[in-house]
Amino acid sequence: MTIAPPPLAPPLGLLAELTHRCPLACPYCSNPLDLERRSAELDTATWLRVFDEAAALGVLQLHLSGGEPASRPDLVALVGGAAKAGLYTNLITSGIGLDRARLDGLAAAGLDHVQLSVQHVREDEADRIAGYRGAHAKKRAFARELAAAGLPLTINAVIHRANIDAVEALVAEAVTLGARRIEVAHAQYYGWGLKNRAALMPTAAQAAAARASVERLREELRGAIVIDYVAADHFGRFPKPCMSGWGRRSLNVNPAGRVLPCHAAETIPGLSFWNVQDRSLKEIWEQSPAFNAFRGTDWMREPCASCARKDIDFGGCRCQALALTGDAANTDPVCVYSPARARVAAAVEEAQGGAADLAYRRYQPAPAA
Amino acid sequence: MTALADDARPRLARGVRLQEDKARGGFVLLAPERVLHANGTAVEVLRLCVDERRRIAAEVAALLTDLAAKRMVEL
Repeated sequence: MTIAPPPLAPPLGLLAELTHRCPLACPYCSNPLDLERRSAELDTATWLRVFDEAAALGVLQLHLSGGEPASRPDLVALVGGAAKAGLYTNLITSGIGLDRARLDGLAAAGLDHVQLSVQHVREDEADRIAGYRGAHAKKRAFARELAAAGLPLTINAVIHRANIDAVEALVAEAVTLGARRIEVAHAQYYGWGLKNRAALMPTAAQAAAARASVERLREELRGAIVIDYVAADHFGRFPKPCMSGWGRRSLNVNPAGRVLPCHAAETIPGLSFWNVQDRSLKEIWEQSPAFNAFRGTDWMREPCASCARKDIDFGGCRCQALALTGDAANTDPVCVYSPARARVAAAVEEAQGGAADLAYRRYQPAPAA
Repeated sequence: MTALADDARPRLARGVRLQEDKARGGFVLLAPERVLHANGTAVEVLRLCVDERRRIAAEVAALLTDLAAKRMVEL
């Protein structure tokens, strides 16, 4: 007699990369190196169908991201459709390209919450990191408009060598801007971040100081602002539970409609990603080979397969295993039990004293016709 | 530090929603990057922060009086 496997739990969150177009050019962008062009983007009707299917599947929270989602002229209609489907809608934005009239439109359409990226507290440095002159002043003005429109705000601060020493000032800035919450997140080293690792990776001492600052400020500012912290996993003992497990809680839909278990999944060779233009979201979630490739724990090798922590960190990050060991099915080398742990130390060391020049996120030149 | 007075009338902050979770059953409290599954008691309390906006002391007294009537609480 065979025992049927337990039914697959539905996803909680969907990240919709509405577009890869963005006025900013941050060198740690989570988008892939090969950005989707406008001509490849899903149309309004397809996104609205995806949102309906997501809600029916069990998704509770929708993250509208990019690129810059405001680059989509249909953003208000997309938020309206998502809200009507019953999804909690979260807009992740650079704050550029959204004037007060459009913000009021988004609020009226049912937008629940806004996350605004901030690169530094000093305008010159913030603008340099974002690769956009005047970005920081526009962000501050946007935060004021947001408060006037009554929309709740989270500040997203990605930290790296060029701004990590300003982490306390970044939290203070978030309070000044009226945010209820700030995410202090170390840059992740995939795609653009990996390309810029030599310019972005902090020292172990800087990472430890940032963590200590966050822990102190959490106590000091309790009740005023919530501080969420994404650790620098290169300096930890155990890997992050990446995506809370592959294909376990969330999915990404890229601008062209391909459904990915995480931002960087397309760096993994041999995976086939299904597209919402061809299949329903439910079918993709349950049956797509890419989602099933590393779902659960059966795919694991040693030292993960017999590890007591395998249901805690799920073997860490597949993309990091690929980037640092050459094979996505290996244990994330951040783990102290990984035989490839030395490669993490080598990556950190290699990055120290590295170039300060940033390779900005840009579209690759179009291939010659 | 946030203090809760007896005559406070708490309400859910904007950007926080109490919603039925049809796929999994029950109710969830949705907030930025947070999904809290609310048990039955929590749902009853939170509903009062959404709909009726009763005062804390009166509400706690009403709940305890009700439970005392059911002989589940001794006053």
